[in-house]
Amino acid sequence: MVTANDETVRPATVRPADDDPDGRPPLVDDDRPPLVDDDRPPPVYLDAASAAPLHPAARQALQAALDDGWADPDKLYGVSRRSRQLLEAACAVIAEAIGCRTEEVTFTPGGADANRRGLLGLLRGRRRFGDALVHSSIEHSSVLHTAAAHVAAGGRAVSVPVDRLGRLDLGAFRDAVTAGGVAAAAVMSANHEVGTLQPLDEVAALCAEAGVPLLVDAAQSVGRVPVPAGWSVLTASARKWGGPAGVGVLAVRAGVRYDAPDPVPPVPVPLAVAAAAALRAAVAAAAAEAGRRVPRVDRIRTTVAATVPDVEVVGDPVHRLPNLVTFSCLYVDGEALLHALDRRGFAVSSGSSCTSSTLDPSHVLVAMGVLSHGNVRVSLHRETKQADVDRFLAELPGIVAALRAQAGVTDL
Amino acid sequence: MLDCRGMRCPLPVITLARRLPQVPVGAVVRVLADDPAAAVDIPAWCRLRDQEYLGASPDTADGGPAYDVRRRH
Repeated sequence: MVTANDETVRPATVRPADDDPDGRPPLVDDDRPPLVDDDRPPPVYLDAASAAPLHPAARQALQAALDDGWADPDKLYGVSRRSRQLLEAACAVIAEAIGCRTEEVTFTPGGADANRRGLLGLLRGRRRFGDALVHSSIEHSSVLHTAAAHVAAGGRAVSVPVDRLGRLDLGAFRDAVTAGGVAAAAVMSANHEVGTLQPLDEVAALCAEAGVPLLVDAAQSVGRVPVPAGWSVLTASARKWGGPAGVGVLAVRAGVRYDAPDPVPPVPVPLAVAAAAALRAAVAAAAAEAGRRVPRVDRIRTTVAATVPDVEVVGDPVHRLPNLVTFSCLYVDGEALLHALDRRGFAVSSGSSCTSSTLDPSHVLVAMGVLSHGNVRVSLHRETKQADVDRFLAELPGIVAALRAQAGVTDL
Repeated sequence: MLDCRGMRCPLPVITLARRLPQVPVGAVVRVLADDPAAAVDIPAWCRLRDQEYLGASPDTADGGPAYDVRRRH
């Protein structure tokens, strides 16, 4: 084995910059200039649905596991067994949080990968029973891409509509899963763009009745709200709950007909440990956090509707995530709105077409039939302060009014 | 008839909002728009403004998407 001290075998590949023979700057420099200009207001990050800031518990666990869990967990020597133990302990934490057995949990290189892998595993495992994949029309793009690839390969996909609030049409879903020839169904626990919770208990009951395995994409729920138990496969993403990026979760219940498409690329043990530490902390605080965020999100919903003219607040007002709110501003360009908010320090997301690489509007907003332009998604996290929300609510009406004045649409 | 082809969101809806009050109540305005967002934004605008959305159909001239809106008030 090569160690960092063994200079005769191989020089260390990473060294502090002041040791660099070519005088190159370090890759990560704590003295680097700030990303935002000094004349900007302090940054307020409101896009936890994309990625929450790393939880301090994750940072601490990562540091410890970098020292303790660096070895390949699949070898047969002592340091490897230590890595293996850490990885299994991390799986156990995930299993406890989502309600399954430790050996049913696998880490993947991200939530999208877990969705693709989980669906392919079910479709392959159930090939003898059917070739149809039933999914809601507002699933994450990774599910829709997998469905499209399945169709391109000769399979079938049935997209089940949602109502104006983004809730699954249960009657249409029942018809689809009982139609025969269905290999698998995929319904997310909560929508990533509008926050609507899906009626998963009913969905799971219908799937059980039809004998169809259900994949639940729980990326927005795990660590925030409980996920109902009726899934066959569950997927999640660590960076949504304050874990590091590049860690997904794929849980497959024992007894489910599942034929893994290809070996899962190993997730670095320290990242998996950090993800588990963040989840444990998030679950412990979830009830209290939700108690704080629900009134904040309620306030955003009511204040935005009251202070910004011609705005449509979208998503289910009651059955929704505790930390996410989405609204669309009539006659406003979504990209211009995002830039204007960014200039004032606010980091938010948008489902408007002008903000997407394809120039197509968000498939979620389209499926719900709500206004797609001028769209803003605000999602809070554990570090979001009341003052951040207050400043956002205070500045938004002026920002929207200025954009409307610029576009000459104030009289419409 | 409003030709909004080549316009990006939210311009087709803004154009419709300017034009509709100029036609008599009960008259129909046809919007030609190739921006995919128009398919959701024009019906959504009609809902928000209480105007009547009659539906989408391929335009007879060039087969591109056309949206019909009737002025209700």
